[in-house]
Amino acid sequence: MEKLSGGEIVVRALRDAGIQFIWGYPGGAALHIYDALFRQEAVHHLLVRHEQAAVHAADGFSRATGMVGTALVTSGPGATNAITGIATAYMDSIPLVVISGQVPLHKIGQDAFQETDMIGVSRPIVKHSFLVTRTEDIAAAIAKAYYIASTGRPGPVVVDIPKDITDPSYKIPYAWPGVINMRSYQPAEKGHRGQIKRAVQKLVEARQPIIYSGGGVIIDNASDHLTKLVRELNYPITSTLMGLGAFPGTDPLFLGMLGMHGTYEANAAMHEADVILAVGARFDDRVTNELEKFCPEATIIHVDIDPTSVSKNIDAHIPIVGSCSTVLREMLSLLKKSNRDNNCDTSSWWEKINQWRDRYGIYTAPRHAASSEHLIKPQDVIRVLYDVTNGDAFVTSDVGQHQMFAAQYYLFDKPRQWINSGGLGTMGFGLPAAMGVQLAFPEADVACVTGEGSIQMCIQELSTCTQHRLPIKIINLNNSALGMVRQWQDMNYSGRHAESLYENSLPDFVALAEAYGHVGMRVQQINDLGPMMEKCFSLKDSVVFMDIVVDPEEHVYPMQVPGGAMRDLWLNKNEKS
Amino acid sequence: MRRIISVLMENESGALSRVVGLFSQRGYNIDTLTVAPTDDESLSRLTLTTTGDSRMAEQIVKQLHKLIDTLKVNDLTQGSFVERELMLIKIAAFNSDSRAEIMRCIEIFRGNIVDVTAATFTLQLLGDSDKLDAFLGAVRHIGSIEVVRSGVLGIARGDKFLRQ
Repeated sequence: MEKLSGGEIVVRALRDAGIQFIWGYPGGAALHIYDALFRQEAVHHLLVRHEQAAVHAADGFSRATGMVGTALVTSGPGATNAITGIATAYMDSIPLVVISGQVPLHKIGQDAFQETDMIGVSRPIVKHSFLVTRTEDIAAAIAKAYYIASTGRPGPVVVDIPKDITDPSYKIPYAWPGVINMRSYQPAEKGHRGQIKRAVQKLVEARQPIIYSGGGVIIDNASDHLTKLVRELNYPITSTLMGLGAFPGTDPLFLGMLGMHGTYEANAAMHEADVILAVGARFDDRVTNELEKFCPEATIIHVDIDPTSVSKNIDAHIPIVGSCSTVLREMLSLLKKSNRDNNCDTSSWWEKINQWRDRYGIYTAPRHAASSEHLIKPQDVIRVLYDVTNGDAFVTSDVGQHQMFAAQYYLFDKPRQWINSGGLGTMGFGLPAAMGVQLAFPEADVACVTGEGSIQMCIQELSTCTQHRLPIKIINLNNSALGMVRQWQDMNYSGRHAESLYENSLPDFVALAEAYGHVGMRVQQINDLGPMMEKCFSLKDSVVFMDIVVDPEEHVYPMQVPGGAMRDLWLNKNEKS
Repeated sequence: MRRIISVLMENESGALSRVVGLFSQRGYNIDTLTVAPTDDESLSRLTLTTTGDSRMAEQIVKQLHKLIDTLKVNDLTQGSFVERELMLIKIAAFNSDSRAEIMRCIEIFRGNIVDVTAATFTLQLLGDSDKLDAFLGAVRHIGSIEVVRSGVLGIARGDKFLRQ
């Protein structure tokens, strides 16, 4: 049997786990592993400029492909820099393996140079973690890490590896563990048959039904099943921020996003529904608004692979613990077999919904002021982006107004097309995530919709794009302010803009992009927007930074009224529903 | 309501910290916690007591079960069960009156005296938590005391097993 050192085992195990790309940043405790990486060709390493970006890039890669993302960092500051990325993946249930170097075993606990208790620091934000203490255990730990990260409700797994067990002078026989069987970890797959039957019965008897789908559908590759089921039922469907694209955004059955910045029709339909089928969603506070006022008439069917998500915030009448794909598939087959003569007529429900759409919907008529020659509305930027990319681009985003505008106005028809930090709300996510997406799909259009606040949180990665030739397109909605903070200050703090304005301190983004070797464009007039956007996406091999000056006064609407029910919304600056 | 929750988990480093971390992270209280390896040394049995309504208890059980190292979780308070807690008490006893009273009390509560000096008694008492509280109430006036309690151990009555 071939003998390998600990460092070589790490790299070989990555290869045997099917990993082709890893993102990372070297440092003392990880150097044996980096040397082993250097001496092989199966696993390609991409050097970033900050460890947070390594994890976000691995995360973006995972979100776009469904595969497990991998990052490699050193101990101490390398590990702590990775923390925000790990927490981001944890909140959105993204499968990642993060390998961190650690100080040698005999120095653990000695406050050694670049020592951090990575297992302790990361504990609340990982699905699981391993501190490997013997060279003999490395392969098994890595195999288990990939297994745990990718099964059940996915999530990030940390493998912390002390430097001495990767020492090149100590070699042992290597064997890849292959199939993993853990007595303490057996995630549920199939939902309870009887519960699924009850759920289908409830669904066909509903008069005012709605499907509320979330990120779990995308994670479980259950979009086809969802789409077939919803079309078979001919029921309205809404989606969380994380679930956009699981059901085609341009389909007439789709009511748009629900929740804090969801459409009126989606939120009103939820509020008045008699049956809600929640699938792969977790009744997050950004969806429900005030729990006591949540959907008073609804019988709730909740499908989720994680039992802790069921009846955590809202009691489920029919809980079904199982993977979205298996449960939806079973629902569809039961539905086709069922006698649907007793199926209730939902035409008056649709009539109601269509009235809401006509009255307040953002897709039936523009509900915001139009752009004028010198004042571009951010919503129009997203519309133009949609048109220029034929609705077919991968769109990553950061966090704030631009994120909500992208979610509202770019109608995602496919799963994994929309990539954003929903749960943690991490500014700085968009650019490195876009790198991960572009790496996975070199020929695809990848747009990072961002703001001048968020982009500066990981802007150093423009250099990474240069080194690895990742021609992403940055759509910077520049309103010279932290737009969402400013909006809240307008609405709740009498317009006192505490520390949310940049006051002429912003860099020249065009020059900055050029300094990194990229193309920069500044757009200030509405008539230039279309042609410049066309040009941007025609430059296939270049990173293009489009700095687009947008109306600083614009707010994101609709917006739920705090403490209200789902349907209580601000529709614009002066009007409530 | 008071809950007694039993957990069977892998006897591995870091497993206990994940349980404790879960409680602080999610805002649950731990009133008592005991943990030791079982007859199978690769497994640990953990018993913890907490207070909460049924929704919180359900969440706690689910969250504990979600930990990768956890094999089985059982809320004992859902059924009938036996609970025991061990208490060691050192109590100042200088004169014959107080020594006599302590000996009477420990007999009534069916405990033992496990160590004696000229000025102290060390007592051992086993029972459910209420009994231990009652004993402390009965002897506290006698003199200054030091108390060590094990935390609650619990097991289901009848033929239910919490095993691998």
